[in-house]
Amino acid sequence: MTVQDELQQQVQQACAAVAAAADLPALDQVRVHYLGKKGVLTERMKQLGQLTPEDRPKVGALINSAKEEVQEAIEARKDSLQSAALNARLAAESVDVTLPGRGQCSGGLHPVTRVLSRIEALFLQLGFTVAEGPEVEDDFHNFEALNIPASHPARAMHDTFYFNAGTLLRTHTSPVQIREMEKQQPPLRIIAPGRVYRCDYDQTHSPMFHQVEGLLVDEQVTFADLKGILDDFLRNFFEGDFKVRFRPSYFPFTEPSAEVDVQCVMCGGSGCRSCKHTGWLEIGGCGMVHPNVFKAVDIDPERYTGFAFGMGVERLAMLRYGVNDLRLFFENDLRFLEQFR
Amino acid sequence: MKFSEQWLREWVNPAVDSDTLSAQLTMAGLEVDAMAPVAGAFTGIVVGEVLAVAPHPDADKLRVCQVNVGAETLTIVCGAANVRAGLRVPAALIGAALPGDFKIKKSKLRGVESFGMLCSAKELGLAETSDGLLELPGDAPVGTDIRAYLQLDDVTFELGLTPNRGDCLSIAGVAREVGVINRCAVTVPSMAAVAAACADTFPVTVTAAADCPRYVGRVIRGINPQAATPAWMVERLRRSGVRSLGPAVDITNYLLLELGQPMHAFDLGKLHGGIEVRRARAGETLVLLNGSQVELDSETLVIADGKGAQAMAGVMGGEATAVGDATVDIFLESAFFAPQAIVGRARRYGLHTDSSHRFERGVSPLLQREAMERATALFVQITGGVPGPVTEVLHETELPQRAAMTLRPSRIQRVLGIELPRAEVNDILARLGLDVAADGDNWRVTAPAWRFDIAIEEDLIEELARIHGYDQLPSTRPVAAMQMDAVGEGQLGLEQLRRLLVARGFQEAITYSFVAPDVQKMLAPELEPLALANPISAEMAVMRTTLWAGLVQALVYNANRQQGRVRLFESGLRFLPGPDGLRQERAIAGLVYGTVQPEQWGETARPVDFFDLKADVEAILALAGVNGQARFVAAPHPALHPGQSARIDLDGSPLGWIGALHPTVADRLDLAGAALVFELALEPLLQGRLPRFRELSRFPAVRRDIAVVVDNSQPVDAVLAVIRRSAPDTLQELKLFDLYTGKGIDSGRKSLALGLTLQADSRTLTDSEVDAALGNILAALKAELGATLRD
Repeated sequence: MTVQDELQQQVQQACAAVAAAADLPALDQVRVHYLGKKGVLTERMKQLGQLTPEDRPKVGALINSAKEEVQEAIEARKDSLQSAALNARLAAESVDVTLPGRGQCSGGLHPVTRVLSRIEALFLQLGFTVAEGPEVEDDFHNFEALNIPASHPARAMHDTFYFNAGTLLRTHTSPVQIREMEKQQPPLRIIAPGRVYRCDYDQTHSPMFHQVEGLLVDEQVTFADLKGILDDFLRNFFEGDFKVRFRPSYFPFTEPSAEVDVQCVMCGGSGCRSCKHTGWLEIGGCGMVHPNVFKAVDIDPERYTGFAFGMGVERLAMLRYGVNDLRLFFENDLRFLEQFR
Repeated sequence: MKFSEQWLREWVNPAVDSDTLSAQLTMAGLEVDAMAPVAGAFTGIVVGEVLAVAPHPDADKLRVCQVNVGAETLTIVCGAANVRAGLRVPAALIGAALPGDFKIKKSKLRGVESFGMLCSAKELGLAETSDGLLELPGDAPVGTDIRAYLQLDDVTFELGLTPNRGDCLSIAGVAREVGVINRCAVTVPSMAAVAAACADTFPVTVTAAADCPRYVGRVIRGINPQAATPAWMVERLRRSGVRSLGPAVDITNYLLLELGQPMHAFDLGKLHGGIEVRRARAGETLVLLNGSQVELDSETLVIADGKGAQAMAGVMGGEATAVGDATVDIFLESAFFAPQAIVGRARRYGLHTDSSHRFERGVSPLLQREAMERATALFVQITGGVPGPVTEVLHETELPQRAAMTLRPSRIQRVLGIELPRAEVNDILARLGLDVAADGDNWRVTAPAWRFDIAIEEDLIEELARIHGYDQLPSTRPVAAMQMDAVGEGQLGLEQLRRLLVARGFQEAITYSFVAPDVQKMLAPELEPLALANPISAEMAVMRTTLWAGLVQALVYNANRQQGRVRLFESGLRFLPGPDGLRQERAIAGLVYGTVQPEQWGETARPVDFFDLKADVEAILALAGVNGQARFVAAPHPALHPGQSARIDLDGSPLGWIGALHPTVADRLDLAGAALVFELALEPLLQGRLPRFRELSRFPAVRRDIAVVVDNSQPVDAVLAVIRRSAPDTLQELKLFDLYTGKGIDSGRKSLALGLTLQADSRTLTDSEVDAALGNILAALKAELGATLRD
């Protein structure tokens, strides 16, 4: 048997052993057996010195090629064993991705907060700033300074909660106007959101609700500007090209005064339950700041003009989200609140 | 203000339909709240005369009637109790259609054939309820269609008038506005003087001249007590929502609706001495028409006679002198009471009448005589009677002065944003009845007597805008100088805190600021909350001093609806009474109940505890940049579990509280499990804090873990404080990673496992340095807290 044949036989044996190695340790044993320090092919290489100088290079080349062949077989087997092991691991580690995630789930904001934040954001774009005021108010800020003297019939429009003769729960956010105008001279651009209180409780009235008040005072402010800003606001708020209408109305602290109606966002103006079949939804009151109000806070009504507007937040929320009962806002039923996440 | 369109159209009849008229009124500021047909939709009903009534052979309650319907006489079976021979009633003929699409057919009632139906007011859609047939006047023309006879093809308008428009609380006032809007003439009925037919007068003295500048009175003798109000008047009153109560009352009500002049008829036979218009005397009492007795105060204007107060002026008459079925002689009053003499008076006595409603808002001081003449004419026409001469007591100087003001074109432009043509300004003001005179470029304008709401230039501008049309005014975008506001970078918004809590699983709640006193007392027994003088209910009577009051009620509400896990927060004002007055403080509060996490697979459900909620509070403090400065100090709170309650201090002052609700509180709320709450003052959290950079070390950090044993009574905070104090400034981080009590540790003591990370900025720390530092720390712990190193 020639050296060549012997080597070939050994390579075949080695390849068979490689193929038979079931795992990486077994494969390593095969490697040690043939290619290790005392391996079969390594030993042959050591014996090369015993050959004649003429045979040495030839046989050496043959042994090297046999070693390479075995080495390649081992590498290939190793690759396949490794990928099989990885596949097995991956299979073992796979999960049912349809199982729900774990941990805390997030809560949500109250719908009134949602609406207020949105209104604030829209007006903040125009350079308005948010102002707040006390809810336990005095008669001066809630009524007197707003041109509603003690005996004014308009007081009957405000079913007021009293603590004593001079102290009450604010019936509207308009006192914030007064407090801001007392603090600084125009120009003024404020938006005043907050809780207000009226002594009235039934399906459509809550003793506590939210209003947002806007005030713009400067040297060149007109009723046309008031129309423009509310046109813009309502279309942006309801995200649609709705018609907006201004109707003459009466508030002691504005003159001229108007009620603002928006084309019914529920039916588009054709008439439905929400708009009482009028096609219009009442959104709030507005008008040009009454000169008597300016006088009460030492602002010169000849130099400055201004407008103010006020809107009911729950009403906007009801229209926006389709809520049909005002009382839901303050029951804090989680089944209700969670719908606004 | 509710009225019939027909009645209005008798005064002013523009060529517009009902819907257009309604839209016009609304857009002129007289908002139409409702429009409704005055009767149901029906046909085939005529005036019938009951000729004879016979009992039904087989039914006790039914009657067999012979009814003349004009063309023929029909047999109609009827069950109404008031059916009787001679009565004229609405009779529905065969083929008639009643409201609700109810067809009348020939029918048999218990064996007797009936050829129609006699109708009640309700069946015609004229009333909500009615007992028996609608009784028509004896002169109702038999056979006439009832729609034509009662003029039922009519619509009622209901106006929601604003308090400034008292002048529109009458047909005359609304007609005036409609005339202005449509530029058409208004037809005023005759107010011609009715000549006195006898010389009888009743003396009138006006003591309170400022309160009553004009008092017009008249005696009418011999009215027929049996007279009935004519159908047309009953119908007009009904369409205005006023019930017929006999001719004397009906005529005064009719005048109130027609002209806006409240009037009062006294029974002359029950008056003594003479009329005196004066303020009430202290202790004076009066029994009103509604039967209630009131004790009058000296602010109240009364109509008195020789015996005392007989009516609350401008509000309500008295029972003693009221007209009744037997009244034959009356004294009729038509007065101008100044608004300031009436305003608020009715409300003070819990009253609100059509009369006070008008006088408070202002009745034209020119109207009293006209109203008296018109009323006299109606009395004579309807009840007969002999009128005496008119008595008028007038204090001319006390009459309200018509306001005069200057109107500048420049001001119109500045307020409305448009220039109105001079001709239009003149035209609008003149149509509204204002006196207008040119005054250079300006106008000098005088308001009409009936407008109490026009006193300054802006009032005129509003009138111009209103009649010109709000919808005709331009819509522009305001122009203003751009200006940046100073906003501190570190400043925190409430919005950010809200978002943080939402991300941590809290649902925002909004609860009433007024709460039940017992709940409030349970949570803050040491405070006397601000109480409402007129709460809407006992459950909403005091102002919360803590947001917990609303949150626990919201918890109870949800727990009662099978919610086992509740996480709520709220922000808003709390109302803290104090020696320096009320503090209205913004706060943020939260409540947790049930399990830490929502029910889920792979995690053991665990009830939420103090430390879960504390982590939420620490997250808030961290967002506010004050986690390092804030201290949790064990302290008792009346609403909290004494062993699980901490005051949170920031910079030496209390910031808030955290703890488990006291078990007795939880019991009283009927809670099945523990609830934990926190509340923090908001303002200190929102103050600006800027981040500050610290150099990063390039040298390795050394971590050493130690376990020390201390008495259970030692708070961890004390241990950490000693370590921080005694450690070198290379201590970068100190972590508590385990707490152990039990086997191996003496009872009464606990083992704390702490991880210390040390790192220097300029060099690598040596083992001996670190050992020395730990040695110092342990020595300090031993010396100060009796701590030992755990074996």
